[in-house]
This record gives sequence, C-alpha cells and structure tokens, in this order.
Amino acid sequence: MSDTNVEFSLKPKDFKGKVDPDWCPGCGDFGVLSGLQRAVAELGLHPHQILTISGIGCSSNFPGFFNSYGMHTLHGRSLPHASGAKLANHEMNVIVTGGDGDGYGIGGNHFTHTSRRNLNILYIVMDNQIYGLTTGQISPTSEVGMKTKSTPFGSVELPINPIASAITAGATWVARGYTGNMKQLTRLMIEGMQHNGFALLDIFSPCVTFNKVNTYQFFKQRVQPLEDIEHDSSDWKQAIEKAMVWGDVIHTGLFFETNARLTLEEQEPVLDEGGPLAYRELGLSKEETERVVSRMM
Amino acid sequence: MGKFDYVISIGGAAGQGIATPGNILARLFARQGIHMYAYNAYQSIIRGGHSFLTVRCSNEQVRTHGDVIDLLICLNQDTMDRHLEHMRDGTAVIYNSNTINPGEPADGVQLCPMDVKELAGKGANKLMQNTVAIAVACQLIGVEFSALEDVIDFQFSGKSEELVAENVRIAKGAYDHSAATFQPASQQMPTGGEALAVWTGNQAFAMAAAGAGVKFYCAYPMSPSTGILHWMAANARELGIMVRQVEDEISVICMTIGAAHAGCRSMCATSGGGFALMTEGIGEAGMMEIPIVVVDVQRAGPSTGVPTKTEQGDLWQALGASQGDFPKLILAPSSPLDGFQTIPDVFNLTDKYQLPAIILSDLLISDETSTIDPKLLDMHPIIDRGELITEAGEEAGSYERYKFTESGISPRALPGIPGYEHVVASDEHMPSGILISDEFTHPHKRRAMMEKRQQKMTGLLAELPPPVIMGAPDAEVTLVGWGSTADVIQESIEQLAAEGVVANHLHFKWMVPFHSDEATELLSSCKRTIIIENNYTGLFHRYLRGETGFTVDGHIRKYDGEPFKPKHITAAVQDQLAGGDAISVPYEEIIV
Repeated sequence: MSDTNVEFSLKPKDFKGKVDPDWCPGCGDFGVLSGLQRAVAELGLHPHQILTISGIGCSSNFPGFFNSYGMHTLHGRSLPHASGAKLANHEMNVIVTGGDGDGYGIGGNHFTHTSRRNLNILYIVMDNQIYGLTTGQISPTSEVGMKTKSTPFGSVELPINPIASAITAGATWVARGYTGNMKQLTRLMIEGMQHNGFALLDIFSPCVTFNKVNTYQFFKQRVQPLEDIEHDSSDWKQAIEKAMVWGDVIHTGLFFETNARLTLEEQEPVLDEGGPLAYRELGLSKEETERVVSRMM
Repeated sequence: MGKFDYVISIGGAAGQGIATPGNILARLFARQGIHMYAYNAYQSIIRGGHSFLTVRCSNEQVRTHGDVIDLLICLNQDTMDRHLEHMRDGTAVIYNSNTINPGEPADGVQLCPMDVKELAGKGANKLMQNTVAIAVACQLIGVEFSALEDVIDFQFSGKSEELVAENVRIAKGAYDHSAATFQPASQQMPTGGEALAVWTGNQAFAMAAAGAGVKFYCAYPMSPSTGILHWMAANARELGIMVRQVEDEISVICMTIGAAHAGCRSMCATSGGGFALMTEGIGEAGMMEIPIVVVDVQRAGPSTGVPTKTEQGDLWQALGASQGDFPKLILAPSSPLDGFQTIPDVFNLTDKYQLPAIILSDLLISDETSTIDPKLLDMHPIIDRGELITEAGEEAGSYERYKFTESGISPRALPGIPGYEHVVASDEHMPSGILISDEFTHPHKRRAMMEKRQQKMTGLLAELPPPVIMGAPDAEVTLVGWGSTADVIQESIEQLAAEGVVANHLHFKWMVPFHSDEATELLSSCKRTIIIENNYTGLFHRYLRGETGFTVDGHIRKYDGEPFKPKHITAAVQDQLAGGDAISVPYEEIIV
C-alpha cells in the first residue's frame, strides 16, 4: 500500500532507472527524462507512489530509465493501460510517456477518448514528428512536404494538431514544452502533475538522427512561450487560436486549463470510500449475495 | 403425476413485444417450481423480421429447447405461415383472429382463435394481444389465474397501476373465454414445486465473477456478450465493482490488463470480432504475466457473421490468440451452471499462474434464459490469489518481478509498495524486468525466460481435472463433444437408449492445457466415436487429433446458426451406426 507519510524528500538522481537510456546522443528525450526526474523530486514524490506507463517506440522506453513502478505496454496502448491502472489504484500518480506516432497515430482513438474521460493522469508526448525506432518514416505530426523513407516525394497529408485536438476532445490541461527550454519544461511537468484531471504535455523533443527538418535550430528560431505574451489559458477559444499558429512563430507553454470538470475518479461512486480498489477485500457479503439472488426469483 | 414436458413457442416480429410474454412465462414457471429453458431464435433487427421464442418447461431439469412444439402462439401472420406445419396431433395454436388467418392445420391440432378487439376493447394497445395469448396459454395448461395475475403484477410493476389493472382485466377475460371454449392442453402443469430462480448464461458468468471478487469489468457492447455488461453495470455500485464501457475492444483488454496489474481481479467479455481486436493484449498479459479473464461469447462468423446465431467457431482463434508461444488457459464451459461454478476456479488459477484465461462461451449458453435452483447459487467461493505481495517485506530493495523459481511462478508485487518498484514489459526481459530485446539481447537469457513461463503450464495442467466418460462404460458408441453441446448430447443419449442404442459421453471443457495422455487412453478404449460440433470443419476434432493422434469414426456438424436439437444427434447417430455417411449435417426445420 502506498506510504504517503514518507517524510524525507528525494533528489532527481533517485529517480534514475536500473539501466541508462539507449537513445541517440543528442536526442531530446534525455531532456524529458531529466526534467521529469527533477519535477517529481521537487513535488516530494517517491518512486513507489508513481506508475509510469508507455507504449512502444524510442521515447516509450522511458519507464525502463526512470525509477518508479512501470508498464512498458503495446504500441499505441499506453493510455488504456494507464486508465485501467488508475481506476484500480487511484492513489498512484500515473504518468504516461510516449511518442507522437504511438499517441496520435496508432493510439489516436485512445487519445481522443482518454481526453474526454478526464482521469487524473499526466500524458507526456515526446513529439519529434518522425518515426525513429523504425528508422525514419512520417508520423502523424510530420509537416506537409516532409521527405522520409516512406514519403520520398514528400508527405501530402495534413499533420494532426495535438493541442487543438486535446482541447476539443475534453482534456482539462493542455500544454506544450520544448527540450531546448528546460526551465519551462520542468515547470510545466510540475503543473501538469498538480493539475487534477487529464493533462496533455506535448513536448518538442527533436530526433537528431532522422528528422533533419524540425531540428533544435528550427525550434530555436520559432518557439515563443505563451507566458511571454498575452494569453488567457482559461479561454478555450484563445487556446485554440494559439494552437493553430504554426510557421515563423510556434507557441509553447500552457494553452488551456480548466478546473470546472470533475475527474472520472471523483464521479465514480465505487471509489468514494474504501481506498484503492486494488487493495480492497475480495468477495461479497451474505446480504449482498442474498439481494442478488432474490432479484432472480 | 407423470413427467410434465411441454414446449410453448411464441412467434412475432421484432418490436411486437415477444420478450414480455417470454418473461412472464419464465417467471411464472419459475415461481411454480417448474423448470424452464427458453431458446430465442431472433434476427439482428430492432423492428420487424421474425423472432421465435421456444419455452420448454418440465417438472424435471430441462436444459435444451427440445424437439417439438406443443403450443404455438402466433403474434403475426408470418408466424402462422412459417410454423403451422410443425404442429401435430394433440397440439394447439393461439392467434389473434382479428388479424391472422390460420391456414390448414394437421388433424388433431386445436386452433384457438382470440377476438382481441372484443376482449381488449377498441382503444387497446397493440401489445394487449400478448396478454390475451399468455392468458389462454396458461388456461390451456391448467395454471391458476391467480398465479398469472401475480406475475403480470410483477412484470408491469414499474409502470402505472392502471396498466397493471388493464392487463389483469384483459387476461381474465381471455382466460375465462378459453376455459369456456377450448379443450385443455395435452399436458397439465403440476403445482407445488419449490420456487426457482431465472437467469441467462451471461448473468451466471457475471455473478460468478462478482462472487470471485472481480473488481474491474470493462466492455464494448457486442452481441451476444452484452448481457454480462448489463448485469455488471446494474450491480456495480452495490457490489463495489468498477464497470466501464470504453471506445473499443483494444481499449477494453488494455484497461483490463492495467487494472489487473494494479491489483484488481479483472475481467472483460466480447464476441469473436471484439476478441480478434483483443488478441495482442492477450499475448501481452502472457508476456507480462498478468492474470486476466476474457470471455468470448461465440456467434456465427466469420467477420460480422450472423450476430444473433450460435456457433462453436472460435476455438482456433482462442488457441492462436496473439503472436508468439506463451502459456494461457482456455476452457469452454458446458452450461450456465457449469460456467458459474467454474469461473471462481478460473480466477484462482489465473492469479496463481499469472496468465490470461479465455472462456469460450457461445450464444446458446450465454443468451438463453433458464431456471436454476437457488440453492445452487453459492456466491462465496474460495478465493486464492496465489503468491501476491501486498506489503513490503524482506525483499524490499532487491525484489525481482520475474525471479526464476522451480514452478515458474514469480511472486507478484502490486504497484504502490516501497522497495518493490519494477517495470513490467511487453518486450522480453530479465528476471529484474530489464529488457533483453535490444542491447542486452542474449539467447540463453531468452531461453531461460521462455522456459520459466512455460514451466507454469506443468503445474496448471496438474490442477485441471482429466476428462472422464459419462454413462455406460462399454457403450457401443461414444459421443464426443466440447462446450455448449453437453446437454443436447445428454438428451440424445437418453433418446438413443429408448431406441435400444447404448451410447456414452466424453465431454471436454479444459482446452489448454490439455490432458493429452488421459484423452488418448479414453478415446482408445471406445468402441466407436462420433464427435459433435457446431461448426463446419470440425475445429475441435482437428485439435483433438493434434493433441492425441486419435482419429474419430464419425462427425455430426451443424453450422446453420441454430443449435442442435436432441433428435438431430439421435437420428445422425442411428444413421451412422447403420452405415451412413461419416459426416452428418442435420437439417434445421425451424426457419428464422
């Protein structure tokens, strides 16, 4: 059972996994890993209080490099695993980590429905706009015209807009980070963890091996933190408008936040009392079974 | 009093309210202690088409819908046109004479025309013909009017008092008219039995899971499995079960695995198409060693197939569910009661051996309504979660999730315990959970993990009861079946005995792991073997041959969507014993 009375706090290095990351040198995912290690340490969490869940892909190897409970699941399926786990033990801090192909492509259906379900989960997407582990094909966030091994003449499909999609699907906290701005990224991770509801943190995490377009240089010239300009994150219309900006300027930061909706856990009477389902006594009382049988007579 | 064994069929279009008279009859028989089994032949349509509900009732246990119809209730002309030809001497037909022409019955068939307009009054609801028909049926078989009144009262209790009074008034008019006009039915219903309960197989499975401590149930609606979701949803809050309907069956299986990993006993159910979507997850549960229970309520396939018809067509889908070679438990219960009594064991076994279990039901078991003795409904089974770590102990800090052990079972720590942090992975992994699918790839480690997982099957097989032959040990023919055909085979064996043919019965429930040696020995001891399956290519026959090397003598197969009737099997066995073809495909007389 979660020991929530742990007094002492930990350092980021205490969240180092059993093995070192096997990402390419220079990969943006290193920044995401160190950012999250800093964030959870700052929040005073301990490894046993966290369940990190991923799908499949370079960035989905994340749970193996992070010291906590973890599930490294199927391609595209991190969110339903996380939803089941969160409902079974709503006292765990559930963090989902993965890539753009995993989350917005093969897992796109779950992304939509998990957003509207509003479980208290932080979903971190390391968005590099390319399929890396399969050695460089377009992803759902690749730009029109992008030439890859699967699109030698350039992609003709419009990329998905994760920020706008999450807002319209019902996510209650939607932000974008960039591994070139660690201060902002760590702060967003902390806020995303603190948000009570489904939080999407899409992170520009450049793939230095296969994406020669959306490089650090590319983002450095374009990113503009929303905190530096006028933006009301409680206004979904403004949020969508900022999310649709893509060109010489690309916004990062908190696009949208609402605390007006209850989480699924809060709306589910089964979780009202008795602690996490996973740790409850099994079996039914005599009164319960007698009632069940009496309705069959 | 002799044996009461009487079959009432009700036919009409979807939307004509065929379910209501069916429910009234089921409840009525159950309360009088009369055993009942109802088979509903219907179509995937909400309005129109043809539905045909067959209710067989008896003062003894009854588990098939039988071979004949004793009383036909026609709610429309189509029913009369389709089924009057099945009525023989001594039977009766009830119909609304305002709207239905009877046609030419066989000699000795009593026609019971009812002037519904006259009885119900001018402005009466169209559904009142159902009340009229049920009242006449009850009168013909000698049910006291007060018993009918009680059930009408119960059936409409959620509605207005006026509606109850109206139905009772109309029923009384019809009942009295019948008593004054028609001959009593060929059999009269006995009274005085102890009240029985009514359920479907899906309800039986849901109840069993609830009793076994399931705390998480997840589904996407798919006929004919949806009854489990409905029961779970209705009872969830009261029994403390998390029930979710989610976006697709992929999400269903993944949520089930997520909840199971977190520590809940978790179950999901679907039919073949949804099961196909779940298969990758089943392999994942095998790889991560997470206990889950998946119910596949088979319907006629492939693809969308015939959603409202039955088939034993998914055996190989279950056998081959997911890529790779990994341990799983597969079983096919033979009846709602068998499923009810077995499911707690399935949860214990999946917990102990940390693997996915697949329960192969089918429409015939899951969807049909029958009575059950409430004394058999023990919902307090033994709960054994195996080697489950729920609090910190000596291994804190050095815990290995996939530790090598003699049994292959590694103690499973639930997320949330300090010092037991680990990652479960769909990639191949070391005892610690660290992947060996990439830079740590190592053939010896891979071999050791494969053997660790598969070692669990040895222990599991030893816990499963070996197959046994039921009935006469030296029978001239052994009928071999699996899953839902058990009861119809049993009834056919009784029919064969009456014809002087001694047959016995070898029935398989536990599919994987399989008691190959015991099955081979039993089959080799049989004089002659005929295997009975609801599919085209003899799916179980091929599996059995693979596991035993034994080839049976004959086959009886049905793949038209309707279940076997006892007479189908009886006739086919007799034909094969007389030198007929080794593969019999019975003809279905009832066209729905």
